[in-house]
Amino acid sequence: MFEEVGTTTEGDLIINMGPQHPATHGVLHLVVTLNGETIKNVEPHLGYIHRSIEKMCESLTYRQFIYVTSRMDYLSAHINNHACAMCVEKGLQLEVPPRAQVIRVLMDELTRLASHELWWGAMAMDLGAFTPFFHAFREREVINDIMEETCGARLTMNYMVPGGVMHDLHPNFQQRVKDFLQLYKRKIHEYDELVTGNIIFQNRMKGVGIISPEDVISYGCTGPVARGSGVSSDVRKLYPYEIYDKLEFDEVLEDGCDSFARYMVRIREMQQSVRIIEQLIDNIPDGEFQAKTKAVLKLPKGEFYSKAETARGELGVYIVSEGGTTPYRIKFRSPGFSNLSALNHLVKGGKIGDLIAAMGTLDLVIPDIDR
Amino acid sequence: MWSLSNIAANIDQWLNANMSPTWALIVEMVIAGVAVIGLFAALGLVLVIMERKVSAWIQIRLGPNRVGPKGMLQSLADTLKLLVKEGMTPGGADKLLFNVAPFVAMIVAMLLLAPIAFAKDFQLWDLNIGVLYISAVSSISVISILMAGWASNNKYSLLGAMRSGAQIVSYELSAGLAVLAIVVLTGSLRISDIIQAQENGWWLFKGHIPVIIAFIIFIIAVTAETNRAPFDLAEAESELTAGFHTEYSGMKFALFFLAEYVNVFIVCAIGATLFLGGWMPFHIGNWHAFNGVMDWIPSSVWFFGKTFFLIFVIMWFRWTFPRLRIDQLLNLEWKYLLPISMFNLLLVTLIAIMGWHF
Repeated sequence: MFEEVGTTTEGDLIINMGPQHPATHGVLHLVVTLNGETIKNVEPHLGYIHRSIEKMCESLTYRQFIYVTSRMDYLSAHINNHACAMCVEKGLQLEVPPRAQVIRVLMDELTRLASHELWWGAMAMDLGAFTPFFHAFREREVINDIMEETCGARLTMNYMVPGGVMHDLHPNFQQRVKDFLQLYKRKIHEYDELVTGNIIFQNRMKGVGIISPEDVISYGCTGPVARGSGVSSDVRKLYPYEIYDKLEFDEVLEDGCDSFARYMVRIREMQQSVRIIEQLIDNIPDGEFQAKTKAVLKLPKGEFYSKAETARGELGVYIVSEGGTTPYRIKFRSPGFSNLSALNHLVKGGKIGDLIAAMGTLDLVIPDIDR
Repeated sequence: MWSLSNIAANIDQWLNANMSPTWALIVEMVIAGVAVIGLFAALGLVLVIMERKVSAWIQIRLGPNRVGPKGMLQSLADTLKLLVKEGMTPGGADKLLFNVAPFVAMIVAMLLLAPIAFAKDFQLWDLNIGVLYISAVSSISVISILMAGWASNNKYSLLGAMRSGAQIVSYELSAGLAVLAIVVLTGSLRISDIIQAQENGWWLFKGHIPVIIAFIIFIIAVTAETNRAPFDLAEAESELTAGFHTEYSGMKFALFFLAEYVNVFIVCAIGATLFLGGWMPFHIGNWHAFNGVMDWIPSSVWFFGKTFFLIFVIMWFRWTFPRLRIDQLLNLEWKYLLPISMFNLLLVTLIAIMGWHF
């Protein structure tokens, strides 16, 4: 599966794409071996934004370390926090109140929507169309405003805590989410008109960046990348957490295996998120928003694992506890890292333009890869 | 009535009355040269602010709105900034070629302004092979891009330049064949003859469907020739950072930038001249009253109106379409546009021979 590194021959052109490059959306460094315009090999170099979050978490208490994880996949901050909070709750054997569960799911789905919106704009921008970015941000801003009102922050929310959520919902929350859904449904057709139906876009996406279901599994790809190849991998369906098993939504599967399939998975996933939000927004139960917990949390000795479906795939949180107030070891299984590892497989033999398009459909967030 | 041609004629009279004909000609040449340089700068500034405003309008934002009334002086301020910036030459670059390339781009753009008729009887050089001159000179622009890409000692620049070379050389064929359609109908390469032939209606309306096809092919081909999106592969910023001008900064970059916009103006002006009648007002056959009313609108307004409409269309392309891939770009030209335009030229020739056009 792994190619030998450095198989360059005379006449190959080696380009260092990044760490500062407009299409890598962060400090990803790709060493691209080219034969003319054709890609022979792509080798990602990581570590430019490594902040050793896992190590930092070992010196922080179980309440504190959750806040650091917002900075991993900053576009799915809520879901990162959620996965960590669930892992701690598993250790403490805490029961989360129903109201908190619903709030968490609502926030997760809003985050997923916002993340997919940003991906849609950035992906179109990678392909040379600037306008979709602004159209995507028009809707994303509304979500950010809703988040700001309830959580106090727009990007790194730090809203989930062990046992529930930090504050209750803002009184305006329900109304503003409903307004947003109205707006979103009015504008969603623009996405298809502007990008999906465009002939140039379809030609750029269809039949390039192909990865078979077997390769998806062997590379460990998850999320929309796996579902674009028809591999069922939605944690919300396979290992339901919170109230996902009581909700009606479909796992989006496409069998195109190409860039366009991955694109369509995300577009259709946005509609599923809207569906989930619609089911919950009028049915938020009353009650506590946070379970009663001790001031200092201590996990019993042992190993705890939980996972959640972020906008990019499966995020696993693995905590080893020695019984103290801080984790002995913490490990995150981030979706971006596995998805990036398939990049070479996706683009080998393609053109430079295919590399950019395929990278766009992987929806990479570099701090999520490096951590 | 004051018009551009009156002003030009008055200056000519005054100079000839006060000087010997030779000196008058020399002074007129200097005036024309200064006017072209002024026009080059002015067009660049106007088109840059226009592009920013059009893109802002398409992208639901305001665009520049701080410098001057409604931000209209923003591009002037940007140019001033670029003027005072240091003109860097990267180490390892071919210094001569690197520094000459932007001037080649600029000179090509200026040369192309010569045969364009801006208004009735207002043209720098009405040479008898005007259309041929335009196709010939515009193909020099690829040399400046290749020079810049090669001399920069940068892999992105090199890739961009090579892409641009393949692209411009291919798309020139379709653009040339589309232009030939009008030459066949008119029977002349002279710009003023082509405009005069459209006195009773523009070729776009007179020449049936084949001319409309030629017009569409012309617009696609010149968009590619001027390296504008969706054919901006030479400077595809998400792939090659900035393509052939990655290493350029300061005024040298500004010259490339301005030359691109002036080239856009020129190709749109040529499109307007060939297909939409240039400065010729909108005339319908022998509706004399209607034609008389249309003649009241000055010819320069007609010319610039049509040209800026086409420029707007090309900007509209840029802000709506994603970019093509290099192989798709060449496929589009060699497999679709070129055969279509060749066949189309035959149709136009048939129309011209049989006299089927209006």
